[in-house]
Amino acid sequence: MKPSAFAYAAPSSLEEALEVLAAAGGDAKVLAGGQSLLPILNMRLAAPAMVVDVNRLTDLAYVRTEPDAVVVGALARHADVEHDADAFTALPLLRQALQLVAHPVIRNRGTTVGSLAHADPSGEMTAVLALTGGSVTAASRDGNERVVAAADFFAGPLESSLQPAELAVSARFPCFPAGTSTAFVEVARRHGDYAMCGVGVAVTVEDGTVAAARAAFISMSPTPLVVDLGDAVVGRAVDAADWSAAVDLVRDVVDPEGDIHATAHYRRHLAGVLTGRALAGATGSAAGRAA
Amino acid sequence: MTGPAASDSTAGAPSGSDPVVPADQLCDVRLTVNGVHHEARVPARRLLSDFLRHDLRLTGTHVGCEHGVCGACTVLLDDKPARSCLLLAVTAAGHEVTTVEGLGTPGDMHPVQQAFRECHGLQCGFCTPGFLTTVAAFIEDNPAPSEDEAREAISGNLCRCTGYQNIVASVLRAAEIAREDGPS
Repeated sequence: MKPSAFAYAAPSSLEEALEVLAAAGGDAKVLAGGQSLLPILNMRLAAPAMVVDVNRLTDLAYVRTEPDAVVVGALARHADVEHDADAFTALPLLRQALQLVAHPVIRNRGTTVGSLAHADPSGEMTAVLALTGGSVTAASRDGNERVVAAADFFAGPLESSLQPAELAVSARFPCFPAGTSTAFVEVARRHGDYAMCGVGVAVTVEDGTVAAARAAFISMSPTPLVVDLGDAVVGRAVDAADWSAAVDLVRDVVDPEGDIHATAHYRRHLAGVLTGRALAGATGSAAGRAA
Repeated sequence: MTGPAASDSTAGAPSGSDPVVPADQLCDVRLTVNGVHHEARVPARRLLSDFLRHDLRLTGTHVGCEHGVCGACTVLLDDKPARSCLLLAVTAAGHEVTTVEGLGTPGDMHPVQQAFRECHGLQCGFCTPGFLTTVAAFIEDNPAPSEDEAREAISGNLCRCTGYQNIVASVLRAAEIAREDGPS
């Protein structure tokens, strides 16, 4: 239950971090919050030759709300994003999802960009990035940067499309169009534990009718699964909305695998129930209460 | 709640021109624990929990699961609760750590310690240091919590003895004592 030995670097600038990563030749892990990496190291599920600790890159500890997006730096802790008032106003989905990420104490250390790079299929923020159509900016040596769209960023379970010499320096979560409300709900065996199924929804309402609706699921597929619910709900009056068509659509589309925590059948059932609950929650808040 | 500011603590390892410390070499770690400056040379893989217990002999911090689930090893890092088993000691270099030993003394207990004693918030005591540190930070942020908020605050700490009822009562009582005592 102790990590195996590793070479250690704690660069004090982004340039230095990228040099170290480039020189490491692939067998290095980036340590930010460490709330997923340290358990893996402690249990020796991974034994990297080098750990590159980016906790001194304090320039990357920002949450910036722009007119059309919330941009989160690599060293912004989940708690920083969760409690950022401007980010909440611009994109309530961030806080709605973050409140379900582990426990408050874990969120004090864990970083939002780190959880994206970790690419856990049950990680709430992967679904938020996917649902917002967001992107991750990856930097590498010599000032190179590339922007990777959410759809291309998640390559498989615990696998992002980051290259070994790249560092995810920020994530961009675009805001939804006016009239959109959101919700994130999940069911886990224990409070704060990995969800057996979770779903974020975004519903856009124009003149009292649904103009667009999409959902993103966690723990249902190797990478976050985005489902367009438009065929089932567009054109319906939001205050009389019957979400059963969306529930049926979701149950047709999802194809989860079973494991020790939940059978595939139960996960599919949950996906439907939670979709209905999330749609009702999102539009309920659109109708009256502040988001 | 914490000791004097860490004016004399500087960032620790690595030093020198080469930014990488090889796996078989030690790192300098300088940090402040409970207001006292400490220095040690340890492997980079040394967990903060082990650093506190083995290198600094502060055994009040307990190690339960060692993968972030149980919360027993929770300490305050710059006044915010964090799992010491999920932190490398080298990452904590240059920062301020508060352990259960830094909260209070038998003659001058922290409100949270008083409350846990009054409300029987512990039985075997193994999980208690993690609860005390977590709750101490929580009532600073939220001086008048509801019962639901108290439960949410301790949701990341496992206790196998008490059934939590008395711990929740202790959290509410701790906030009450802290309010009676006035701003700390």
